[in-house]
Amino acid sequence: MTSKSAIRADAERLRSRFEARGATLFETSVLQPAGALLNLYGEDIRARAFVTHDPLRGEMMLRPDFTLPLVQSHLASGGQSARYTYAGEVFRRQEDDDTRPREYIQVGFEIFGGGIEADAEVFTAMAEALDGAPARATIGDFGVLTSAIQNLNTPQRRKHALLRHIWRPRRFDALLDRFSRPAPPPPPMPDENIVHVGRRLREDIAARIALLAEEAETPPIPFDDLKKLRALEAIDDTAPKAVDALRQLGEIGSADRLAATLEAIAGHGIDPGGLRFQTSFGLTSLEYYSGFVFGFKADGFAPVATGGRYDLLTAALNNGVPVPAVGGVIRPEVRLAMKGAAA
Amino acid sequence: MTIKLGIPSKGRLMQDTLDWFGARGISIERTGTDREYAGRVQGIDGVELVLLSAGEIPYELAAGRIALGVTGTDVVREKIAGWDQKMTELTPMGFGQADLVLAVPKTWTDVSDLTDLDAVAEAFWKTHGLRLRIATKYHRLVRAYLRDAGVAGYQLVDSQGATEGTVANGTAEAIADITSTGATLEANHLKIIGEVIHASQATLFRSDTAALDRADQTLLKAFLDRLKID
Repeated sequence: MTSKSAIRADAERLRSRFEARGATLFETSVLQPAGALLNLYGEDIRARAFVTHDPLRGEMMLRPDFTLPLVQSHLASGGQSARYTYAGEVFRRQEDDDTRPREYIQVGFEIFGGGIEADAEVFTAMAEALDGAPARATIGDFGVLTSAIQNLNTPQRRKHALLRHIWRPRRFDALLDRFSRPAPPPPPMPDENIVHVGRRLREDIAARIALLAEEAETPPIPFDDLKKLRALEAIDDTAPKAVDALRQLGEIGSADRLAATLEAIAGHGIDPGGLRFQTSFGLTSLEYYSGFVFGFKADGFAPVATGGRYDLLTAALNNGVPVPAVGGVIRPEVRLAMKGAAA
Repeated sequence: MTIKLGIPSKGRLMQDTLDWFGARGISIERTGTDREYAGRVQGIDGVELVLLSAGEIPYELAAGRIALGVTGTDVVREKIAGWDQKMTELTPMGFGQADLVLAVPKTWTDVSDLTDLDAVAEAFWKTHGLRLRIATKYHRLVRAYLRDAGVAGYQLVDSQGATEGTVANGTAEAIADITSTGATLEANHLKIIGEVIHASQATLFRSDTAALDRADQTLLKAFLDRLKID
């Protein structure tokens, strides 16, 4: 077990590495108002974060991550290009696995503004920060599935429903299944004599029934489109081979974007041949990432560093206008444990 | 040499529990006045009776303060994270059946499953600026059920009683509560959607955290043998 002071010292060291890349220090409170987190992540966050009650301010959470307060602060400051670093405890409630930590230190590096080059720089910064800890990198790209969904031969409302659930495989599959067969006839309007209760109005019900009537007229998503979507989802290979696989499936835009990302990463002296690419990497994490994603992990250890692009999260906090943002976090205590085991 | 048996201290659940043990040759008698929470287990020496509020029995089992306890499987799952590491279900007892279900207003003809509920939650957020509220006291069970199904965009609001009335009162759009006959749902203009979240009944639990010496273990085994439980 690494001592807390050693972990803190390592966190400081990692933070100064990110400062050397031009990042300014970001600090925020441990107690965060719960409302904004709930609106952003939904009720699931309650199962992952510690909720407490402030007699004057209502529900508060022990910060589950730095991202939300950082984006809020960045947007409040005018939202220009910027780089940030932070180091501090985050808190995660554990309901199932007693062995997982409830609090640990995260050191982050985030870039606002910038595209592929920023993705490659954050990835590289994390790879270098590992400083010899033997972890394997996996990358992914939410853009592969989102652009394939956008190209489906089906109305926008179905694409929207699929995109909304891209992070929840179970619901995504249920929707895809529903959209790939003839839709059932719409339900009848509720009987006027049945007592109606609640804030959801009869108009709301009528509006959805009208939508379901439209659905009933909508042909299923073509089988070939589904097959291709499944094939894209299943890609799991070395990164350069994944570029070829994307190209073979006709996803030229995604293939070009991944190739450009790999080239940018290679430009920082990292061999892309050593990276694994999984289309669905990071899909089950919090509703959060929207493009390039990555994780570093070794067998027998928790993921040591993770990150990715989260333009949709910034959009949700910025009246729908995305602000390009990519970032990553590293956990010093995992890094030190890995180094200790390797030594 | 003594082990503790916790049983519900009130009402129908207590009476059914006493009858269940009685039918198996273990008579449990209340002692003192009706209002006194004391009693005695007859037919076997060393089993001490503890009368507890049904809601506390899961905590007592988890902490190992009672070796055996009678309570509903729903409260155990709701209140004790990782319950199956701390106690074992010995046998269902055939009473206290209650299903935890989701219910929405009967006029929601457009909602019959979780795919519908999820779509309605998103539309409700857009039109009313509010995450669809589900009133319940079973937060953990309901959240896990909806998370597994990938339903998003709702919020749970706490309701410790009269939950079926929250929709008419305007404090929730839907509810998740236990029902046995559905009559209360019906009376409150609600209908059940989706599957049963959890089918509960009164169950005899054994604590796996209670510190029992060898004599206690022998006694526990003898007691369970009398009840014909392996």
